[in-house]
Amino acid sequence: MNAPLILDRRRVLAGGGALILSFSLRPAFAQDQAAPPPPPLPGSLKQSPFLDSWIKVDADGGITLFTGKAEIGQGVKTALLQIAAEELDVPFGALKLVTADTARTANEGYTSGSNSMKDSGTAIQNAAAQVRALLVAEAARRFDVPTDNLRTENAEVIAPDGRRLRYGELVAAEMLHVQAQPKSQLKDPATFKVVGQQVARVDIPAKVTGGAAYVQDMRLPGMVHARVVRPPSTGAQLIECDTAAVEKMPGVVKVVRDGNFLAVAAAKEFRAIKAMNALAAAAKWRETPTLPKQDDLPNVLTGLPSQDFVIHQQGSPSPAGNAIDATYTRPYHAHGSIGPSCAVAQFADGAMTVWTHTQGVYPDRQGIAEMLRMPPASVRCIHVEGSGCYGHNGADDAAADAALIARALPGIPVRVQWMREQEHAFEPFGPAMVTKLKASLDGQGMISDWNFEVWSNTHSTRPGGAGSLLAAQHIAQPFTPPAPKPLPLPEGGGDRNAIPIYKFPNAKVVHHFIPAMPVRVSALRALGAYHNVFSIESFIDELAAAAGADPVEFRLKHLDDSRGRDAIEKAAREFGWQRGQKAPPDRGYGFAFARYKNLAAYCAIATEVEVNRENGRPRLVRAVAAVDSGQVINPDGLINQIEGAILQSASWTLYESVTFDDTRITSIDWQTYPILRFDAVPDSVAVHIINRPGQPFLGSGETGQGPAAASIANAIANATGKRLRDLPLTRKRIKDAIDA
Amino acid sequence: MALSRNIGLAVAGVAIAGAVAVFAIVWRPAIAASEPPAPQSLDPALVKRGRALAATGNCADCHTRRGEKDFAGGLPVPTPFGTIYSSNITPDPETGIGRWPEAAFARAMRSGVDRAGRHLYPTFPYDHFVNVSDDDDRALYAYLMTRPPAQQPARRNEVKFPYNQRFLIAGWKLLFLRQATWQPDAAQSAEFNRGAYLVEGLAHCGACHTPRNALGAERQSAAFAGGEADNWHAYAINGQSPAPVPWDTEALFFYLRNGWHPDHGVARGPMAQVVSNLSSIPESDVRAIALYTASMFGAPTPDRKRRGDEALAQARSPSPKSGDAGAGAAIYAAACANCHETARPPPYGGINLRLSSGISSPDPRNLANTILTGVQPVQGERSPIMPGFAPSMDDAQIAVLMDYLRARFSKGTPWTGLEKTVAEARRGQAQFLQTSAERRNAPADPAQRDKP
Amino acid sequence: MMTLKVNGRDHGVEAEPDTPLLYVLREELQLNAAKFGCGLGQCGACTVIVDGKAVLSCVTPVLLLEGKQVTTLEGLGSLEAAAPIQRAFMEEQAAQCGYCIPGMMMQAQALLQRNSRPTDAEVRGALQLNLCRCGTHMRILRAVHRAAALMRTADASMGERSAQ
Repeated sequence: MNAPLILDRRRVLAGGGALILSFSLRPAFAQDQAAPPPPPLPGSLKQSPFLDSWIKVDADGGITLFTGKAEIGQGVKTALLQIAAEELDVPFGALKLVTADTARTANEGYTSGSNSMKDSGTAIQNAAAQVRALLVAEAARRFDVPTDNLRTENAEVIAPDGRRLRYGELVAAEMLHVQAQPKSQLKDPATFKVVGQQVARVDIPAKVTGGAAYVQDMRLPGMVHARVVRPPSTGAQLIECDTAAVEKMPGVVKVVRDGNFLAVAAAKEFRAIKAMNALAAAAKWRETPTLPKQDDLPNVLTGLPSQDFVIHQQGSPSPAGNAIDATYTRPYHAHGSIGPSCAVAQFADGAMTVWTHTQGVYPDRQGIAEMLRMPPASVRCIHVEGSGCYGHNGADDAAADAALIARALPGIPVRVQWMREQEHAFEPFGPAMVTKLKASLDGQGMISDWNFEVWSNTHSTRPGGAGSLLAAQHIAQPFTPPAPKPLPLPEGGGDRNAIPIYKFPNAKVVHHFIPAMPVRVSALRALGAYHNVFSIESFIDELAAAAGADPVEFRLKHLDDSRGRDAIEKAAREFGWQRGQKAPPDRGYGFAFARYKNLAAYCAIATEVEVNRENGRPRLVRAVAAVDSGQVINPDGLINQIEGAILQSASWTLYESVTFDDTRITSIDWQTYPILRFDAVPDSVAVHIINRPGQPFLGSGETGQGPAAASIANAIANATGKRLRDLPLTRKRIKDAIDA
Repeated sequence: MALSRNIGLAVAGVAIAGAVAVFAIVWRPAIAASEPPAPQSLDPALVKRGRALAATGNCADCHTRRGEKDFAGGLPVPTPFGTIYSSNITPDPETGIGRWPEAAFARAMRSGVDRAGRHLYPTFPYDHFVNVSDDDDRALYAYLMTRPPAQQPARRNEVKFPYNQRFLIAGWKLLFLRQATWQPDAAQSAEFNRGAYLVEGLAHCGACHTPRNALGAERQSAAFAGGEADNWHAYAINGQSPAPVPWDTEALFFYLRNGWHPDHGVARGPMAQVVSNLSSIPESDVRAIALYTASMFGAPTPDRKRRGDEALAQARSPSPKSGDAGAGAAIYAAACANCHETARPPPYGGINLRLSSGISSPDPRNLANTILTGVQPVQGERSPIMPGFAPSMDDAQIAVLMDYLRARFSKGTPWTGLEKTVAEARRGQAQFLQTSAERRNAPADPAQRDKP
Repeated sequence: MMTLKVNGRDHGVEAEPDTPLLYVLREELQLNAAKFGCGLGQCGACTVIVDGKAVLSCVTPVLLLEGKQVTTLEGLGSLEAAAPIQRAFMEEQAAQCGYCIPGMMMQAQALLQRNSRPTDAEVRGALQLNLCRCGTHMRILRAVHRAAALMRTADASMGERSAQ
C-alpha cells in the first residue's frame, strides 16, 4: 500500500513527487471542504487506480499487461496490446496479456456496451504512459540526467550519451504499486507507430491452425464431461425421474439431481450425450403454459403494465393534423452463438475455479458464489474465449451449471457443454419491442414536432445475483430473479438511442419500461439501439418522402453534430448517392445514420437491395459505410467489426424471430431459426474510416446494427414503393406488401 | 410400257400425296412477329391471375436455371432421347418470346409449335396444356409478357440423330396428342371438375406421375401409375401408391399446400419445387387438386387401411431394435436414428421410416437420392435440413443401409442392383443440385408459416 | 477397437463405432480444429475432409470410416509451415470470433482440391452449409480466392522447378 518514500528535491521537481504528494495529501483533501475534489482518473483507473493492477514489469524484462475485459472475437486483446506497446515504447510482440480473471485482473464489470476501449483502453493508455514516466524518472535519477533529455525505445531508457537501461533493470519492488495520476504525458498521435497501424490480430494464428483457443478446447487431467437436462419450459417442475438406470449406463460417473436441476457426468463425451438423452427420457415434468401469443406480441407488450419515463422533452410537441404516425415492431431475437455455451469447473480444497466465456467474470463469480452459498473469495472465474456471444447468452448459466456439478464431484474437473437446442431455447433473448412515432413538418418541409414512444423489457438480466442464473433458479433451494430495473441513461437499455440525435424544435420521448418478462430476455448486441435506430431512421425516410426531400439531404438539414455530418457525407459520397437517383429495376437504395448511444461511434450506411418481385425475396446487394470511432487503434479490426455488424444486422432484419407456442420455445435449431447463409451474402461491403487522431476512443462493436437495419428497410421501400415496419422483413411480408 | 408408266405415275402420285400429307402434318406456318406489348397495357388483374396459373403450371421451375434469371430457360431435362434444354420465355425480343403475339403463345400451349412453325419437343408438356382454356392462356401470356426480359440465348439440345429431326415430332403428335383429353363430368362437383381441369391441364401431374411408352408418350392406360422426373421416381398416385399410409383428400391438401405431412414426410426433389409453388396459389385451387387426386388414389380397401393403421401405430411407438446385427443396422443406428427416431415431430424431426414412401416404393432411387443429398435449407425461411451422406458414405455402404431399411421398414421385396443404383444416383444428383432452380418457399409448420 | 487414418497416421480408436467422428477427433486424438456447433449437420463447424470430400463430422459415425483418409485442419499445416489456406485466412484476417473458421477452411480446401479456379458463385455454393454468426462472410470469400491464387502459384512454381 505504501509508495517508496524517496523524497529528494530532484524527484519532487521532476514530478515524481507529485505521485506521492497527492497520495499523502488525500486525507487532507477529504477534510478540507473548501478544496475541490481531485479530478477523476481516466477510464477504469477510477475503480482500479494502482498502476500494477494493469502493468507488471519483471526484473528479467518481461512485461505483462492486465485487463479486466475479455476477448470475444472483437480483437480487443490486440488493440489493448497496441495501446500499451505505443505508450510504453515496447515492441508489440514482447508484451504478454492477461485478460479477465477474478484472481489477477481489475474488475472492469462486463465486456459490453462497446466500452472496452473507453474503459480499459483508456486505463491502459494512461497507466502505460505513467509507468513509462516512472521508469524514465528512475533512469533520470540513476543517470543523473533530467528526464526531458531521456528517450525510450524498445523497452529501454536511453540517455543522450548513449547510456541505456532496460526496463527490467529499472524496475524495483513495489515501484509500480502506486496510484495513477489524473493526467498522463500521452504520446502525440502524430508520432504513433503502433496505434492506428495495421497489426495482425494475436488470436487468429492459433484459431486457423488448430491451436487450443476456446474454453471448448480445454482438457484438464481427469476431466469428465457433463450434460444438463433442463426443465423444458419456464416453471416446469420435475415430478419424477428414475435416475437409477442412467447411473448404470456405461461410463456414467454421476447423476446430479437437485430440485429441478438435473445433470449427468460421464468420462467420455459421447457417453455423456447418450446418458443425457436417457435422463431426458426418464424425466417427467409438469409444465404450465406461460408464454404469450406470438401472433399478437406487440399488443401483448403494450398491454402489460409499464413504468413510464419521459426521457426527453423539448418544447411541446403537438403534431399537426397532417402528421404522420407509424408503429414499428421487433420480435425476440436470439444470440445464436455458433458454439453453444461451455464451461469447465473444478472444486478442490474448498475453492471453486470456473473457466468460462462469460462477459463478466466478477459478476458471474458473485452469482455463482451466492448460488453455492460460498464466500466470493473462494470462487475464481477465469475468462477463456468462447464463440461470439453478442451479449448475455448462455455463458453465465453454463458456468453456474459446471460449478454446481463440480461441487458434487470434488477434485474432478467438470466440463459442461450445452447442446444446440439448449442454447437456442434457454439463452436470454434480445427483447421484443414496440415503438410508436408521430411527427409533422412545418411549411419549409422541416420536422417541427416529434413524438417517440418505446415499449420494452429490461435489456439486462445479467448476474449479479444468483437469481439471474438458471441453475440457481432450478435447485431445490432456489434463488428468485431480482426485479428488473431500467439501465440508466445516457446509455440506457430499451431506451438506448431513443432520443434522436437530430435537432427538432419540439420533441418528446417516452420510455415505457415493462418489468414483466413473459419470455427470458437480456442484453443482445446494441440493446434497444437496434430497434430504436431502425424506427427513427425508417421514419426519417417516411418524413423525407412526405417533404419530397432526398433522404441524405433531409438528415443533414436536421443535424448539427459535425462529426455526424461528416460520416453521412462520406458514406453518401462513397456510395455514389445522388439526389433524384433511380435504382435499376427491382432494386432500391437506402440510407441510415446513428451515433451509438448518442455518445459512442458514429456510423452511416448506404445500401442497395434487390427485391425479387416474383416471390418477394430480398437480397442485400452492396453496402457502403462510414464510421468515426475517434482515435483508431486497429483500422482493420474496426472494419471487421462494421462489416460484421452489417451482415449480422441483415440477418436479424430480414430473417430472424424467436418462435414459441404457449409453453415452449420452438425455434431450437438452425432449421427453425434460420440465419444468413452464403447464398444471401452481398456482392460487396465497403467500410470507410474517419480517423480522429487524439480524440477519445469510441466503442464501435455495436454502432452498425441499427443503421444497417434501417438502411435495408429504406432500400426495400425504395425498391417496392411499400413501407414495412414489422421486423423481420421476410420474403412473405414483402411479397404480401407488393401484391396488396 | 404404259403399265409401268402408270405404275410409275401411281407411285409418284402416292409419293407426292404422301409427301403432301407428310408436309401437311409436319409443316406449320410461322406467325408474324409482333412488337412486345407494353407491360402497362396489360390488365393487372389478368397478370395477377396469370401469376397464380404459372405457379400451378410450375413454369418457372423448368424455365429457370439455378443462378440465372427467372424464365430465361437453360435447365437441362434428361430424357431417354437426350437432354433437352428449356427455352427462354421472358419477353426478350431477341432470345425470348418478346416478339410472339398472343396467338403464337396459345398455339404453342395447345399444339407444341413455336412462332416460327417449328415443332417443340414434348418435354414441354403441351399434351397437357392442350386442356388449358383460352382465358387462362391469355392470363399466362399477360403474366409472361410483364416479366423482366432476359437476354439468354437458347442452349443447344443434346439429342442424337434421328431424334434431332424435329419433323418427327409431328408424327409423335399424330399418334399421341389428343385435343382436350379431359372434359368436365356433370356428375361431379364443381370443385372436383376444377381439380380435374387443373390436374389434367396446367398442373400436368401425369407428365411425371404417369409411365411413358417407348416413344416417350404417357401411357393413358396406366394413368398416374408412376413415372420419372430428373432422376427421381414420381410415385404412383393411383391405387398402386406405395405409401404405407393411404392418402386422402385432407392429407393431400395439407401436403400440397405445406410441402410435408406428418404421416408421409417432406417433399423432395422436383416435388419440393411444385409444393413451393402451390403454397402461393388460391387455397381453393389446392383443395380442388387434392380432391381430384384423391379420387385417383381411390378409397383404400379395408386391408390397405388396416396396414396403414399398423404402420402408424408402429411409427408412434417404435420398438428399439438394438438386437439387430449387421452393417446396415449399425449404420442406421449411428447415422439415422438420432433424427428419425425422436419425439420431435416432422417436419423438423425426421419422419419415422416406417411411414416412408421412398422405402416402400418398388423403385429405390428416391431413397438413394435422399440419403445422398439430404434436404437443403431454404434461404432465410424455416425449413427442414437433413445432411447428405454422399461425402461420408460410399456406394457399398449406402447399398447396405438401403437393404436394411427396406427389410426393416417396409413389407416390400428386397431391391436388387443397389450399388449401381446408388452410383447412378450420385451422378444424377450432382447435376440436379447444380442446375435446378432452388426452392423459393419452404415447407413449414403451418401454424408458423404466416408468422415472421 | 478400430483403426482410423487421420492426417496421414493410423490411430487405434477406442470409441464405440457409433460415436460421431467429431468426438473421436476432439477427445481421443486431442485435435481442436473441428468444432461442435450443433451436432445436427446444420452449421458446418465440424467440417473435415474424408477421401477428398468435405464431411460433417458430427453426423458421421466412425464405423463409416474404415479404410478412409480423414484430414483435419491440423493435417493441412501448422503455424511454422502454414498451408495456403491457412496463410490466406491469416493474411485476410478472416475471422472475428473464429469459431466457424476451421469448418469454412476445410470446406474451401475440399473445393480447391477439385477446382483450382472457382468462381465466386462456386465458392458461395460450396460454403452454403457453413454458418458464420459474426458476419465475417466477405473476408472468408476473399480468403478462399486468395488461397486459390496461392495454390495456383505454388503449383506453377513446382511445375517450373520440376521442368528444370
